[in-house]
Amino acid sequence: MFGTAIIVFREVLEASIIIGILAAATRNIPGSRRWLVAGLLAGLVGAGVVAASTDAIGSLANGIGQEIFNAIVLGVAVLMLAWHNIWMASHGAVLAANAKLVGRNIRDGNSECSALLVIVGLAVLREGSETVLFLYGIAASGDGGQSSMMFGGMVGMLLGIAVGYTLYAGLLRVPMRWFFAATGILVLLLAAGMASQAARFLIQADLLPSLAAPLWDTSAVLPESGLPGMLLHSLIGYDSRPAGMQIVFYLTALVAIFIGMKWAARPRQAAMKK
Amino acid sequence: MKRLLLIALLLPFTAHATDYMLTIKDHQFQPAEFSVPSGTKIKLLIENQDATPEEFDSYPLNREKVITGHGTATIYIGPLTPGRYTFIGEFHETTAQGVIVAQ
Repeated sequence: MFGTAIIVFREVLEASIIIGILAAATRNIPGSRRWLVAGLLAGLVGAGVVAASTDAIGSLANGIGQEIFNAIVLGVAVLMLAWHNIWMASHGAVLAANAKLVGRNIRDGNSECSALLVIVGLAVLREGSETVLFLYGIAASGDGGQSSMMFGGMVGMLLGIAVGYTLYAGLLRVPMRWFFAATGILVLLLAAGMASQAARFLIQADLLPSLAAPLWDTSAVLPESGLPGMLLHSLIGYDSRPAGMQIVFYLTALVAIFIGMKWAARPRQAAMKK
Repeated sequence: MKRLLLIALLLPFTAHATDYMLTIKDHQFQPAEFSVPSGTKIKLLIENQDATPEEFDSYPLNREKVITGHGTATIYIGPLTPGRYTFIGEFHETTAQGVIVAQ
């Protein structure tokens, strides 16, 4: 039961952290809650569909379909997180003032909300499909103890959700003048971590060279199997034994999105000076 | 010229990653321990003979992949430095355990 709780916790944790951060980051955008819930529901349906088609996906491209699928899902999520952060950088001032979005901004707000839907949906789909397969395996195994394992799964799921909610509640307490910087940095690190994970899948599929694997090994100090390592993995993409190529992807995403945010924020600052 | 010829002859062998077979049966890996050469890329073929899905998971190897019930999967690992690399079947980690020894 304990083992089941940990596995489900680990899967739920990442999606939960992503949702917690984005729910906080978009709190002032009208209608964002509805889009978030829609993303969650779409993700749950998607997780079931992906779990049911694991065989079909896996056999694509000579048995590396699963890696390619994961890399694409992560890649799209990185792009959407980048879009979200750049959008926030250019609208942060308006949202910070808690002003009602008017005129052309409403249309912008809708496109931002669809990015939110895609990010949440993909996070739930990716992490959820593995949970579905795992729980299906338990249910189908028929060697007794299912109810205690299912109970463990429920405990793991609730704990995972609790972490995401704590993060959300904590972020809401951050004073407004630091709030956008705080959520911006968190989203930036989430995106970089996902880019690194995408690279890992492409290395696993032998589509990319690893470029020194591992580049470093901190598994003795901060193992990913422990809670701190697990949290850092979900939050900032921590990897105790990363391949060189993962770091290349991580830094590229980090720098590219950061430049995009600076670029988007620039005209607004110029306008404010006038 | 001779050296070029030698390289050309060896190329077909070096270009392909070496294949290794791993079977999952009754939530256990067979073989549970096997040796691979270090410094070379390895293609690991995993066949799941159980009806339930399994996830090949290894922090030391930095790999994870779901294998469906009665399914097969391909995973590329390495080049590894000499050492012992443990892996588990995450969905049944009390019984599904194994080690790859890179020599």
